Amino acid sequence: MAHVGRLKAPAVAGPLLSPVTKLRVAIIVGVIVLWELVAVSGLLFRDVVPSWQRIAVALFETLSDGEFYFHLWSTIYEIAVGLAIGGTAGLAVGLLLGGTPLLSRSFESMLYYLGPTPKIIFFPVMIMWFGVGPGSKMAMGAISCFFPIVLSAAAGMREVDRVLIRVGKSFRLTTGQMVTKIYLPAMRAPILNGVRLGLGVALIGTLLAETKLSNRGVGFLIIQSYNTFDMPLMYALLIVLFALAIGLNSIISRFAESERMRR
Amino acid sequence: MSALARSLSRSAYGPWVIGVGSIVLFLLFIEFAVRAGIINEFAVPPPSDIIMAFPRIIAEEHVGARFLDTAFEAVVASVFVALFGVSAGVLLYRVQLLRLATETWVAAFAAAPTVLLYPLFLVIFGRNATTIIMMGIVAGLAPVTLKTLEGLTTTRRVLINVGRSFNLTDWQMFRMILFPAALPTIFVGVRLGLVFALINIVGVEFLINFGGLGAIINELSERFDLAGTYAAICFVILVSVMVFVTTERAERWLTSAG
Repeated sequence: MAHVGRLKAPAVAGPLLSPVTKLRVAIIVGVIVLWELVAVSGLLFRDVVPSWQRIAVALFETLSDGEFYFHLWSTIYEIAVGLAIGGTAGLAVGLLLGGTPLLSRSFESMLYYLGPTPKIIFFPVMIMWFGVGPGSKMAMGAISCFFPIVLSAAAGMREVDRVLIRVGKSFRLTTGQMVTKIYLPAMRAPILNGVRLGLGVALIGTLLAETKLSNRGVGFLIIQSYNTFDMPLMYALLIVLFALAIGLNSIISRFAESERMRR
Repeated sequence: MSALARSLSRSAYGPWVIGVGSIVLFLLFIEFAVRAGIINEFAVPPPSDIIMAFPRIIAEEHVGARFLDTAFEAVVASVFVALFGVSAGVLLYRVQLLRLATETWVAAFAAAPTVLLYPLFLVIFGRNATTIIMMGIVAGLAPVTLKTLEGLTTTRRVLINVGRSFNLTDWQMFRMILFPAALPTIFVGVRLGLVFALINIVGVEFLINFGGLGAIINELSERFDLAGTYAAICFVILVSVMVFVTTERAERWLTSAG
């Protein structure tokens, strides 16, 4: 059988790196060099800006230390429980507000204006209610994520296609069936967006509470490194934390975007 | 009951009556529950005690002066946020390559939990107002930069073509066409920046127990002044909501004017 080859465009020798990548690399290298210059210049107090080498060593030691994972797990557990409680409550209230115009007009503006208040100020109250242990941190996570999720769910509920609702009603679905078979599947994208925003603020609320009063968690480790002036460790912990936060945010963003595109 | 709901729904003040009425009923229930011993008074003080604590904390804790401290920090942070954020946005708009290389970084920075940098800023600047202001700036910078960029890039093509037909220079084009057209969007960014800065400022004041309104809550809670703590929290919420409402109204006015 004769082989029918495909015509191929002649390979054009393009530049190895695009100009954008080159600029990104240049910026990163520039920041590292500037950092090292500041580290050795003595412009700031000693150790405030440690060399990258010391930060890298601290990062390696942190990631290979079993105790770090105990603290990381504590933080993840607190955030997850806070997100589950705040998210479930936010979703339930959001569905109620979105499905009841009178309640929406009565309470949604209050929630909207309460949303941007700094939640960490509730921490003394949470300590009185739930103690100094993980409970108060979970509560901080729950309070923080409640507002974005309730507002996203309420807005998403109002945007559900009326045809889908009529189909559900024509099948005489119960309220529970309407929620699980019509509303929630149709609201995947806004709910995911609310969870993304909620996760970000739950993480902040939980970690700030850990820095204020705790004996476990990544927030506790960060404030411990401040108290012992272990700056390389503080930078290493912040790098890990930012990488995790930005990574999680981008994963949920992509998931929410793909859900939105699918619709 | 449904007739009452229908009449409240039809009335212009119905939702307001339901909202405020529910809060009043809730507070009355809490008052009763605490007085009856159903809720522990060492966890939740009676709402009447909280209301009575307002004049006390205003007089004894110098709430007016503390409010001015927080307001000063917020204003300074906002000025820097507006100045640097808008400049960064304009720079990214002008230098296409820089924009392509760094826009995703700026967006990632906007989503990052920057408030957790406060121990680092404490080491660099010390436990003083500079740390608080810097935390405010860090929080507000990314949204202003992104919104400025968005405002400039979404300027209507026809406006730019009009400018070109008049042979405007780059500076004239920016001053007369691009900037005025982008101003409403830039203001949205500045408002977001101010709100984020205020959240961080009050939060860091509370965490490092220094400065204005946030520090009052910390001090009162450390003294176990329960009613005072709740009253101070209510006061901070009130101030935050007022700032949010005012800036939102200003944004709507500017957007409709634009």
